[in-house]
Amino acid sequence: MDHPVVSMENIYYAYERNPVLNDVIFEIPRGAFMGIVGPNGGGKTTLIKLILGLLKPDNGEIRLFGQPIGKFKDWSKIGFVSQKANTFNKGFPATVFEVVSMGLTAKIGYFKFFTSNHKKKVLETIDQVGMGAYAYKNIGSLSGGQQQRVFIARALVSDPELLILDEPTVGVDQENVQKFYNLLHQLNKKYKITLLLITHDTAAMTIHATGIVGLNKEIYFQGTPDEYNALTNDKLSQLYGHPVHIATHGHS
Amino acid sequence: MLADFLEYNFLRHTFLTGILIGVIAPLLGTFIVVRRLSLIADALSHVTLAGIAFGLFMDKKLALGIAPLYSGMGFSVLGSIFIEKLRGVYKAYQEIAIPIILSGGVGLSVIFIALADGFNTELFNYLFGSVSAVSQTDFYSILGISIVIILVIRLFYKELVTLSFDEEHAVVSGIHAKRIHLLFIVLTALVIAASIRVVGVLLVSALMTLPVAASMRIARGFKQMILFSIVFGEVAVIIGLISGYYFSIPPGGTIVVVSIAILLVTLGMERFSFRRKVHGTD
Ligand SMILES: Nc1ncnc2c1ncn2[C@@H]1O[C@H](COP(=O)(O)OP(=O)(O)O)[C@@H](O)[C@H]1O
Ligand SMILES: [Mg+2]
Repeated sequence: MDHPVVSMENIYYAYERNPVLNDVIFEIPRGAFMGIVGPNGGGKTTLIKLILGLLKPDNGEIRLFGQPIGKFKDWSKIGFVSQKANTFNKGFPATVFEVVSMGLTAKIGYFKFFTSNHKKKVLETIDQVGMGAYAYKNIGSLSGGQQQRVFIARALVSDPELLILDEPTVGVDQENVQKFYNLLHQLNKKYKITLLLITHDTAAMTIHATGIVGLNKEIYFQGTPDEYNALTNDKLSQLYGHPVHIATHGHS
Repeated sequence: MLADFLEYNFLRHTFLTGILIGVIAPLLGTFIVVRRLSLIADALSHVTLAGIAFGLFMDKKLALGIAPLYSGMGFSVLGSIFIEKLRGVYKAYQEIAIPIILSGGVGLSVIFIALADGFNTELFNYLFGSVSAVSQTDFYSILGISIVIILVIRLFYKELVTLSFDEEHAVVSGIHAKRIHLLFIVLTALVIAASIRVVGVLLVSALMTLPVAASMRIARGFKQMILFSIVFGEVAVIIGLISGYYFSIPPGGTIVVVSIAILLVTLGMERFSFRRKVHGTD
């Protein structure tokens, strides 16, 4: 029962001839708030696509909730907010309610219909992210930060145990970024959702995260936010350069 | 005028068929427009023409009574499956499927038309639609197809919407994108084949897209967009059929002109409500 939510063992991945992930090993324990940091092009989005099964590793093993990814079927346990969430089909006039409902499509399953219970759940989730007043507005008419919340609601509505967010605060103004981290904090603490967050916002990560992974093709750091802070103070220049193996698994 | 449609059998069947396609063409059209597949619908209608020409040829030369509705449908469905294959092969250039299918359809049409000894009125009716071409059997076939289409859309509505809005999210959440795409394009092929008797090959994609273009300007949410599209589609078909009959014009032409008029009215309404809003704030 106490399998890590995600475990990756010796993962290698290359696009054509461009190796992007080399020997990546890491685990996300249940209940963690894990942050992934690292330079652009460091392979963070690729790592997530591997976890989501959108890409297959060239080598290595991925397990989700203890199961090999090839056998894993329970995708509604994983919620995902893409880096591209703000490049959705803008010509599509969907209301906030309709967009969040889409998060239930796969969970409800084929040949079954959306019921009044589902409707209730959708409205609750819209409230949970603070968008209750906008439920029947078209998504295209909202601000970037509001749209981001809607996409988080879409990911949350199926009651995932793991929520993955890829640079969710890009294009969101500072005040809303603060609210956004408060929301994540609440999801993690109150609703016990395991979080995996990719971000450049290392300051926020050191406040909220329980663990940080630094990725630049290889994992150059893995540890607690405090360890990460100590590291950045000394070795800031080396960080975004070539990989360095300094601090390692602090706990355990 | 309307009395004639109720009185004469051949008109009544056209009229009832018009009512059916006024529902199914904009219904599928809504998904086609949001997925930016309007040109694919056009390409498929030309493949359907090849199928119809094939049916006419078989009938004339070999006296094999395949109803052109069915041969058109057969070609259209095969064409749609081929389009999905091409889109899979040319992932980075998905629109290349359009000229391939379109030119293939026109090429085959030309061959079958020539083999069947050239143009005739019947073919002309298929190009631009006709108020008097729908037989009782055609009507019942199209009724059957329409029921199937509406049921399948109802059954897969949530998957179709989810996939059309954000394909990556749909795939991650475990929806079988390929199968749903295939199902959708086959339905599109059926709608096109069913609509051709009334609106004609050249204008069928207009009936799938113009009402949606109008509805898009004023609808709030996707469901409402479907609803308005169908209402506009029905208005266009009914006014188009009656005026086509009255002025002896192929209904494809009148239906499209009415659709464009509706589009212009919605654009005007939008401007009007925008002005009012601006006015209200000062
Ligand atoms: N679909 C793709 N095809 C080829 N190369 C890609 C693709 N996606 C990303 N890459 C390359 O892989 C590397 C890592 O990209 P990515 O995982 O997006 O990094 P990050 O999210 O950390 O910025 C980059 O060099 C990028 O150019
Ligand atoms: Mg990225």
